[in-house]
Amino acid sequence: MEPVLDLRGITKRFPGVLANDHISIDLMQGEIHALLGENGAGKTTLMNILYGLYKPDEGDIFVKGQKLTIDTPNDAIKAGVGMVHQHFMLIPVFTVTENIMLGDEYLKPGGFLDRKKAAARIREISQQYNLQVEPDAYVKDLPVGIQQRVEIIKLLFRNADILILDEPTAVLTPQEVDELFNIMKKLVEQGKSIILITHKLREVMEFADRTTVIRGGKVIGTAKQSETNQFELAAMMVGRQIELNIDKKTAETKDVVLDVKNLKVLDTHHQVAVANVSFEVRAGEVLGIAGVQGNGQTELVRALTGLTHPVEGKIHLLERDITHAPVKQITELGTAHIPEDRQKDGLVMTYSIEDNLILNTWYKAPFTRNVILQRKVILDNAQQLVSNFDIRTPSALTATSHLSGGNQQKVIVAREFSRPIKLLVASQPTRGLDVGSIEYIHRRIIEKRDDGCAVLLVSTELDEIMQLSDRVAVMYRGQILAIVDPKTTSREEIGLLMAGVVPEAH
Amino acid sequence: MTQSNATVLKSYEYISPTRRTVMGIIFLALALGIWALFSRTVTPEMQTTFSLYPGGSSVVVPDWVFPTQPMLNVLAFAGALLGAYQLARGFGRQTNTILGVVSALFIFGFLAWGASGSSLNLAGLLKVAVVRAVPLVLGAFSGILCERSGVFNIAIEGMMLTAAFCAALFGSLVNIWFGLFIAILTGGVMALALAVLAIKYKVDQIIAGTVINIFATGITSFLSAKFLQRYGDLNDSGRFGTWDVPVLSKIPFIGPVFFSHNLFIYAMFIFVILLTVALFYTQWGLRTRAVGEHPKAADTLGINVNRTRYISVVLGGMMAGFAGAYFVLGSVGRFDEVMTAGRGFVGLAAMIFGNWNPIGSLGAGMLFGFADSLASKLAILKVPIPNKFLEMGPYIITMIVLAGVVGRGQPPAAGGKPYEKE
Repeated sequence: MEPVLDLRGITKRFPGVLANDHISIDLMQGEIHALLGENGAGKTTLMNILYGLYKPDEGDIFVKGQKLTIDTPNDAIKAGVGMVHQHFMLIPVFTVTENIMLGDEYLKPGGFLDRKKAAARIREISQQYNLQVEPDAYVKDLPVGIQQRVEIIKLLFRNADILILDEPTAVLTPQEVDELFNIMKKLVEQGKSIILITHKLREVMEFADRTTVIRGGKVIGTAKQSETNQFELAAMMVGRQIELNIDKKTAETKDVVLDVKNLKVLDTHHQVAVANVSFEVRAGEVLGIAGVQGNGQTELVRALTGLTHPVEGKIHLLERDITHAPVKQITELGTAHIPEDRQKDGLVMTYSIEDNLILNTWYKAPFTRNVILQRKVILDNAQQLVSNFDIRTPSALTATSHLSGGNQQKVIVAREFSRPIKLLVASQPTRGLDVGSIEYIHRRIIEKRDDGCAVLLVSTELDEIMQLSDRVAVMYRGQILAIVDPKTTSREEIGLLMAGVVPEAH
Repeated sequence: MTQSNATVLKSYEYISPTRRTVMGIIFLALALGIWALFSRTVTPEMQTTFSLYPGGSSVVVPDWVFPTQPMLNVLAFAGALLGAYQLARGFGRQTNTILGVVSALFIFGFLAWGASGSSLNLAGLLKVAVVRAVPLVLGAFSGILCERSGVFNIAIEGMMLTAAFCAALFGSLVNIWFGLFIAILTGGVMALALAVLAIKYKVDQIIAGTVINIFATGITSFLSAKFLQRYGDLNDSGRFGTWDVPVLSKIPFIGPVFFSHNLFIYAMFIFVILLTVALFYTQWGLRTRAVGEHPKAADTLGINVNRTRYISVVLGGMMAGFAGAYFVLGSVGRFDEVMTAGRGFVGLAAMIFGNWNPIGSLGAGMLFGFADSLASKLAILKVPIPNKFLEMGPYIITMIVLAGVVGRGQPPAAGGKPYEKE
C-alpha cells in the first residue's frame, strides 16, 4: 500500500544547530503514527516544515504519491494536511464558529460572512466524529479540552486527511486524555491518518500503531507497537537505559513542618477556590495533592507560598504563623517553591541563568556586599550549579529563554535546592518535560525527602502522584475529599475521588 | 508555556460585589448631587427655558419652559431609585448603561439649574456637540482601523495636521474636492510610512508614531509660515456648504440638530455603519480582527498577516486624512498652525472609551464633543464654574475610564507587537 504521506531525507539547519538530519518518515492511511522524542529532538521542527511554516534545506515531501513543495500553510491545507499546535491557535474573543471558519470563510453574496451555514457545517462534523461543541460559544469561556476539539474541527472543516497533533495531551487532564484518544480512534476509523507528536511513553504504547523515535534530529528507529515495549522505546529516545520507576525507601517521618487548618482561599474572581482545607506535612515525607486541574490546587499553593492570602484559616510553618506573612519571610523560613508556570512565575526569562539562580538570595552575602552585586561569586555559584544539576547550556550567562523546558526547570530546582530548605512546594514539577528530565526531577525530589525535607507535591498526573507520594490527598472542588495511602489504594479508587465520588463508609 | 492558555481564559463580563456596591454609591452620590447642589440652591418660583431650535432653522418649535425645582427633584428621585436598586439587586451587565443614564440625569439637572431664571438653547448646544464630535470620532475610527489589525497609531494627530495643511493648499490651488482628495491621500501616504516602520522594520510603534507627529508639526508650521501665511491665495480653500437632508431635516428638534450639516458630519454617520458592518460581518473584518488578536493563528490558517496590517493601517491613515480635511474644508476654510490641537489624541481616547468599537467610539466622541460645546455655552449662562474646568471634563472622564471604573476594555491582544514568523 502506498503511504498517504512520505517525508524523504528532510534536513533543516538553524544557525549552529542541525535540527533535522535527513529524516524520513511515512504515514499509512488509517494509521496513528507516533513521533516520539525528547524536547528539542526536532519533532516540532519537522512538523513545521510539513505544515509550511519552515522551509527545509533538503528533502522531499510526497502526499498521496505526489511530490509537493509546501511553502506556506495554505499549500499544506490544500494538500489535506492539518495541524493542531501545542499552543492552541485560537482567538479567545472569537466564537467557535468564527475561529473555525477563519481563513476559509463561508460567504453570502457581497462578501458577508455566512455564520449560520458555517455553524451548520460544524454541527455536522461534530456529529460525524462525536466532537461535541457549541458553535456560538466564545472560545475564552471553554475549558482546554473543548478548545482542543475546536482545533480538531478546524482541520476537519478544511477536509484535512492527514492530521498532525503536536503534544496534544500536555494541557489535558487524565479524563480529557482518554476522551481525546477516543476521538482519535473515531477519526482513524473514518479514514483519516494521524501523526501524534509526543514524549509520553504510556500514550504511545496505548494508542499508536507505529512509533518513530527521533533523537538529536535523527531517526533512531521505527517500530510497530506489537514488536516493542516501553523500555526499549525509552532507551531509544534518551540514548541510554533509564529507570521508569523510582526506587525509594519507606519514609522516615519526623516533626510536623507545615500545618494547614481550615483554609479558605478565594480566586482572582473572588469565588471560593479552596474551602475548609486542613492537612499537615511532616519532615521526611511527600504529601501528594491529586486532582483534576482547576479544583483549587493553584490557589492552595499560592496561599501557602504567600502569593495570595487566605480569607479564613491558619497556616503554620515550623510552628510559626505564616498565614499573612510576606513571600520573602516565607522563603527565608525555608520554603522552596517550584511554581506551576515556570516561565511566568519561576524565572525571569530574559535574565541569564546566573541571575535566575540568585533570584531569592541576591541580597545576601556572599552575592551582595555593601549594596554591590559580587559578579564573580554569582558566576562561580552558577557554574557550580550548572554542573551539579546537569543544566545543558552553552554557558551560565545564557538567557533562560534559550533553554529547553527541562533545563529551565532544572534552573529552578537548582536555585531552590541549593538553599537550606525545610519545605518544598512543588506544583506540576514535570509538566511538559521529557522522560529524561522527569526522571531527574523525580530523583531530586525524593533525595530532598530523604534529607528530611517536607514535600508537598501538587500534580494532575496521577502516575507522578502514585510514584512519589507517601500519602495522597485528593482535591475536588476546593476540598480535600480524603487522604489515602498510595500503597494500599488503587489508581481507580483515587480516580473516583478525583471525580468527586466518595466511597461510603463500611 | 503550557499554561499560557489558562491566562487567556479570563472572562471580562464578571461584575464583582464590590463593583456593584461602588456603582450603587456613585448613582446615589449623583442623585444627592442633583438635590444638594442644584435643587436646594434655586428658589421655588424659578423657571428654566430650553430653546429647542437653533438659530437659522426654518422649523420653529415653541420653547420648553418648566419650573426648575420640581424638575430637579424628579431627576434626583429617579437617580436615587436607580441607585437603591443597584445596591439592593444590581443591574448586572446593564450596569454601565445605567451609569450612562444616571450621568445624563445629572448633566440635564446641571443644565436646568444653570439656565434657571434665564434660557438655554438646548438644540444649539447639541448641534455644536455633533459638530465638535466629528474630528474626534473620525480620529477614533482611524485608530480602530489600525489597532484592530494590531498596529498602534498614535500619529493620527500628525496625519490630521498634515492632511489639513494639504487640504488648505490644494483646496486653494484647484478646488475643495481636489483638496479633500489630496488630504485623504496624504493621510494614506503617512500611514504607509508608519506601516513600513512598524511592520517591515519592526520599530517600536509608539516611537514611530511620535516621530511622525513631531515631523508633521514641524513641516506644516514651517511651510505655513513660509507660504500660506504670506500668500493669502494659497490659504483660501473655502469650505463645504450645509446641505439639509430632505424630509429628515424638517423633523422638529432632531432635524436641525442632526440633519442640517455639511458632508463631514454625514460621513461620520455613514462611516459608523460601514465600519461596523465591515469589521463584524465581512471576511475582511474577521481576518483583520484575527490578525490583531492572534497573528500566529491567522498565519497558520493561510492569512497573510503583514499584508492585512498594511491594508488596515493605510485605510486608517486615509481616515485620519479625511478627519484632517474637516478642520479646513468642513470648518474654518483656512489652515492655521497646529490647528488640530490634540484632537487626534482625544480621538484615541474616544476609541479606548468606545472599547475599539465604532458605535462605542461614536458615543464617546459625542460625549467629548458635548463637553466641549457645553464649556463654550457656560460663559453665556454665568455659571460660577470656570469653563476651563469644563474643558477638562473629557480628559478627566478618559482617565476615569482608563483606570477601569466603567469596566476593563478589551483591546486587541496583539496590539503594538510586530509579527515575527520565528
